[in-house]
Amino acid sequence: MSHTAASVASKARWEHFPHDADVGVRGFGATAVEAFEQAAQALTAVVTQTPVESKARVEVNCEAPDIELLFVEWLNAIIYEMAVRGMLFGRFAVRIEGQRLKGTLWGEPVDVKRHAPACEPKGATYTALKVAADNAGIWSAACVVDV
Amino acid sequence: MDPARFTRIDETTWRVEPHGAMRVPAIIYADENLIRDMDDKVYEQATNVATLPGIVQASYAMPDAHWGYGFPIGGVAAFDPDRGGVISAGGVGFDISCGVRTMLTGLKIADILTVQKSLADSLFRQIPAGVGSKGAITLDAIDMDAMLTGGAHWAIERGWGEARDLERIEEHGRMAGAEPGCVSERAKERQRREMGTLGSGNHYLEIQAIAEIFDTNVAAVFGLELDDVVVTIHCGSRGLGHQIGTEFLKEMVVVAEASGIKLPDRELACAPINSEVGQRYLGAMRAAINCALANREILGHYARRVFAHFFPDRDLRLLFDVSHNTCKTEPHVVAGKRRDLFVHRKGATRAFGPGHESLPEALRATGQPVLIGGSMGTCSYILVGDATGEQKAFSSACHGAGRAMSRHAALKQWSGRKIVDDLAAQGILIRSPSTRGVAEEAPGAYKDVGAVVVAGEHAGLARRVARLRPLICIKG
Repeated sequence: MSHTAASVASKARWEHFPHDADVGVRGFGATAVEAFEQAAQALTAVVTQTPVESKARVEVNCEAPDIELLFVEWLNAIIYEMAVRGMLFGRFAVRIEGQRLKGTLWGEPVDVKRHAPACEPKGATYTALKVAADNAGIWSAACVVDV
Repeated sequence: MDPARFTRIDETTWRVEPHGAMRVPAIIYADENLIRDMDDKVYEQATNVATLPGIVQASYAMPDAHWGYGFPIGGVAAFDPDRGGVISAGGVGFDISCGVRTMLTGLKIADILTVQKSLADSLFRQIPAGVGSKGAITLDAIDMDAMLTGGAHWAIERGWGEARDLERIEEHGRMAGAEPGCVSERAKERQRREMGTLGSGNHYLEIQAIAEIFDTNVAAVFGLELDDVVVTIHCGSRGLGHQIGTEFLKEMVVVAEASGIKLPDRELACAPINSEVGQRYLGAMRAAINCALANREILGHYARRVFAHFFPDRDLRLLFDVSHNTCKTEPHVVAGKRRDLFVHRKGATRAFGPGHESLPEALRATGQPVLIGGSMGTCSYILVGDATGEQKAFSSACHGAGRAMSRHAALKQWSGRKIVDDLAAQGILIRSPSTRGVAEEAPGAYKDVGAVVVAGEHAGLARRVARLRPLICIKG
């Protein structure tokens, strides 16, 4: 089911899916890269439904033996930057080369009043972890996030 | 779940005989309704845990069990290092040493009602809660390592707590065997400004009133009377624990494979206890336990400061502080022999019965207080560890109501604003930076905590001492 605030672009979109105690994030796109970027939007939407402004840029790098584990690393890299910088991110650019990912995050410091953050992601998990393309060639990247 | 999938041993004991790769049975303690309401994932995860090397006796699930990560939340499993036993980052969880403390105020409901609103506002201002809240403490590298080794002792030495609290904290406030050197710089960086913060999600600080006493004698020893007011804090090791959990989960997936451990689920990633990674995780996890103990001590200190302002002639005394996401080395008697086991409790509370050597003198005759969080707006419980708990599940009990509904479904069903208003009409004041967060944590999204604790009592895990109802809830 798609989330009310989900992106409505043709292939690029995201959604949340239910988990008993936590929440699942899933990004869709024409490529794995686009699905990764959309899932990052879903991660931010776990915290806030307010648009996040692109006031500052942060670079992240991660590495993993396969694309699914790389997806978890990507989300965990964002969670880490959110936590140590006290920021939220609203725009994402990803490059994947082999087992390595370079990501750029654009965002701003958390404004408690404006963003009204609902909860804090603790870590991306291997639960419901899947990165794959469907028969129509649309990529999705998903996992449950512990909150 | 379909109860027919189990062998029913008695009213509250449901057993799955070992089959396939299971080394021991899986045992769930719950009544029939709770079993029916549980997700099938609990069956799958409890039986998966039973396949892990070195597991002793059984893979257990508590009455509040629900779908977790590798282990069910509400899962208990003990491993013997001398028989190839493992330690699992997923079996401890991301929020290492998340737990509950309850403090006695010496006040009655009537004392609170006259100042309820201003007390709620003051607590909300003074207790950093939720994303974007800022703690007043920043740790440098030396302080960080001292905190990770010293736990609540460190907090007290720094003036954020009272020495008399220590005997009422698990491990007497300091987990032995912590190795700050095993904690990554990233994990430390994540914690640098997070001491004395509550976090978010299901974490809270509540002012509660004793609404019902079940065991007058034990309640008297615990210092609980009808209409008494207590302060209860639920939180854990914050960013540090989360980062340690994340990093070791990744590492243990590789180690498990290299050690020839066949994982039915990647979240069950584990390492032999007697391995370099296993020992390193233990050092880091124990440091995170100290972080949680220090954090709750500091939050308790903040609560004391606020209460001292409103009630200058009263002081807050700690009843107990106990974690529910840990792996502890404990001696247990198995088949007549005392063995040192590594007991994982993921969303399960240690519940030592009467006479246990680790309990302070004042509590030794009754057993350990077991603190069960409710959900905003519903009741919490104080239980006492039962003598039979040792045999039943290595002295473990439930930890809370357990969710009955996902956050997603809760958001569709409730409005945060309406919940706050409805609870205010019932005399419960909620303070939270996020109305959406309140909706996700709606009381109706949780199971009936009353049914959970009754099932635990019938199963011989822990007995009810008192029921508490909330007056003020500060949510992250």
